[in-house]
Amino acid sequence: MIEEFIFTNLPALMVAVPLLAAFVCPLVAQISPAMRKMWVMGSMAITSLLGLLLVMRVYTMGTFVYVFGASTPGLSIPLDSGGIPIRIVFTVDAMSAFMDLIIAIVGFCVILYSLSSDERRTSPQYYYTLFLLLIAAVIGMVSTGDLFNFFVFIEISSLASAGLVAYSVEKGRAVEAGLKYFMVSALGGIFLLFVIGILYGQYDALNIAMIAQRMQFTMLDKIALVLLVAALAAKCGAVPMHFWTPDAYSLAPSSVTAMLVVASQASLYGLFRFTFTMYHLSLNYVTIGWTIIVLGVLSMVIGVTMAIPQKDVKRLMAYHAISQTGYMLLGVGVGLAVLGNETAINSFGTIAMEGGIFHIINHALYKGLLFLTAGAIIYRIGTRDLNRMGGLGHSMKYTMIFFIIGSLAIAGIPPFNGFASKLLIYESVYLFNPFLAIIAMVVSILTLASFVKVFHSIFMGPPLPEFASVREVPLPMLLGMGILATLVILFGVFPQTVVNLIVAPAVHALIDQSGYISAILGGA
Amino acid sequence: MLWNLPFIAVVLLTAIGISIILLKKNLVKIFMGLNVLTSAVNLFIIAVGYREGGIAPIFTNAPSPVMVMPTPQALCLTSIVIGVATTAVLLAFAMLLYRMYGTNDVEAIRELRG
Amino acid sequence: MMRMSKIVRTCADLMYPFVVIFGWYVIMHGHLTPGGGFQGGAVVATGAALVIVAYSYQEITSMLKKAVLMVQESTGLLLFIGAGLGGMVLGFPFFFNWLANSGSLFGMSVPYGPNPGELNTAGFLPLMNIAVGIEVWGGLTLVILYLLSGLEKGEA
Repeated sequence: MIEEFIFTNLPALMVAVPLLAAFVCPLVAQISPAMRKMWVMGSMAITSLLGLLLVMRVYTMGTFVYVFGASTPGLSIPLDSGGIPIRIVFTVDAMSAFMDLIIAIVGFCVILYSLSSDERRTSPQYYYTLFLLLIAAVIGMVSTGDLFNFFVFIEISSLASAGLVAYSVEKGRAVEAGLKYFMVSALGGIFLLFVIGILYGQYDALNIAMIAQRMQFTMLDKIALVLLVAALAAKCGAVPMHFWTPDAYSLAPSSVTAMLVVASQASLYGLFRFTFTMYHLSLNYVTIGWTIIVLGVLSMVIGVTMAIPQKDVKRLMAYHAISQTGYMLLGVGVGLAVLGNETAINSFGTIAMEGGIFHIINHALYKGLLFLTAGAIIYRIGTRDLNRMGGLGHSMKYTMIFFIIGSLAIAGIPPFNGFASKLLIYESVYLFNPFLAIIAMVVSILTLASFVKVFHSIFMGPPLPEFASVREVPLPMLLGMGILATLVILFGVFPQTVVNLIVAPAVHALIDQSGYISAILGGA
Repeated sequence: MLWNLPFIAVVLLTAIGISIILLKKNLVKIFMGLNVLTSAVNLFIIAVGYREGGIAPIFTNAPSPVMVMPTPQALCLTSIVIGVATTAVLLAFAMLLYRMYGTNDVEAIRELRG
Repeated sequence: MMRMSKIVRTCADLMYPFVVIFGWYVIMHGHLTPGGGFQGGAVVATGAALVIVAYSYQEITSMLKKAVLMVQESTGLLLFIGAGLGGMVLGFPFFFNWLANSGSLFGMSVPYGPNPGELNTAGFLPLMNIAVGIEVWGGLTLVILYLLSGLEKGEA
């Protein structure tokens, strides 16, 4: 009974549970702080559990279509609507499920971590309200099959994350970072609304599958595509719209930063979803593919070169996040550039996309881990300046181990997960254009150099007298980091299994436009 | 020509909004530019949904069966609600920044660089 | 924050109930005429803003309690989600209109043809309008109060 209830309503529950938890959180916090912690942790655990169930369901039984407000969940086209899906539809295909998996894992670890790391904040109940709202919005962004619904969720995520970035005011600096982030997001949202107006005016539909089916690729569609790519590339922090990323990532509380990485990746998901599913072959895929490749290469190179001279540990990692986003754009961009070329996509296009998509989950795991370790260090010593750190390896052994795992993974050293996805990208991109593959490898080497420097200045050297009282961080923080670190290693040791199990279906779902359309419109 | 008037207004409002955002130095004025831009988009969506001779889609005592499509109006309404929230958050940021820096000039609020 | 003159204060006192009643009218008729939860809630919040403008900050904080407004905001949101979950509990999808045409609260079927509008229709839409109205009332008033407390140094 209850089992059936959960299984029929999985996508809606995924959004409803964190939303409900977010709104109840201030009321529960009136009782006691311990109740608040239990409430937040419990609701996040339930959300993650539902997420894992949904992922299993989608990978075994195919695309999950859930229609809000209909009399039965699968009725995407009401009988009297004239063949138009008028209701808001959640379409969870393998790609969405892949993103849901990331959110379920990282969200759980981050909330676990923040129970200890954020207990000293002022009015934590609102902090967690915003946090759960952000999680709900990100889940909504990746699950929805409706253009306007996507816009609403992206705006909720911008509002929640702007509030979280500015949460620790820090003499106005965090507010400045939040302001930058929010201005970019608000402008991106306006662009997205323009796109919705253009597409709705032409095709009388808001459903992505419906628009995809009717897509003509007129001049207006081209304008819409440009606005769409600009808005979503700005939201995911690709060069040249990256300037908010280092500020927002470095000044947000560390647990928020790890979640912001996932939120940026949800925008990246939007970019891939719209270019692949909505425009697909009707668009000039070679040009758009190359645009995304150029954005990716620029992000990689500029991100890593800006990262090397940084003195602030989180700012440095933020620039690396930009650089790693470039890898995903590169991999998927190559796939897009050869989308119409049957032999090319079979020989290396799919592998490049597998590399790019696999890199999304790997990045979420190791970057989340790195930001959490940086947060742990800041939590104990209270500074983020690399020049003032040193000798922490003596007192914070576990944090050091987690940091080593994360930094080796980001540099692409086997047997960690970064190596697996980067290898896929190198191999396939080399067949597409050797020059791009060489750039990718050089960026990887520079990343390693940068992290060796950071590792040395934080953990190596004699124990400093001012940090004599520094101890290891509390257990919940260690557990949060530990889960991520374990997954980093597991994904690196069994890459082929992971790729076959979860990445390949996601790539297939992106390429297979007709499958997506027929899941909603029924045999298009 | 008359048909295109709303769209010309959209273009004008967009131009005004973007130029305010780019040229003005005061944070509050920049937020006003953002709001002008939002209005431009809202007007665009409403204009797209207009139908010749249509009346507002209210069923109580409707005099004519021809109505404009209510969906764009619903979209526009949602975007207005989001705009209110956005403006409130932005103004709160401006207030905090004014308290910390003593000014709302974007050229003075520049601690984060590089 | 200065308090305004006696004329302004008296006018605000006089206007306040009418603004609130008009706001609630807009909320309640959201499923029949233009308006609805957000617009009505905004009108009600305007009433609060009127009082805030007329009186000094200290007097306002004793009249409009932030804690009460926050509970109000959460209650509205919970009512909204609850109305959505109601359909789920009854075995339908999320946000299914489980009250429409049921004959109970707001459950009359809509009469055919041009008519002056029947309040007792539209299922759970009026419930959602009321929920959103409560939420926006509390939320916007809170926004105004917090922005005001920014002017009052130390009154955060």
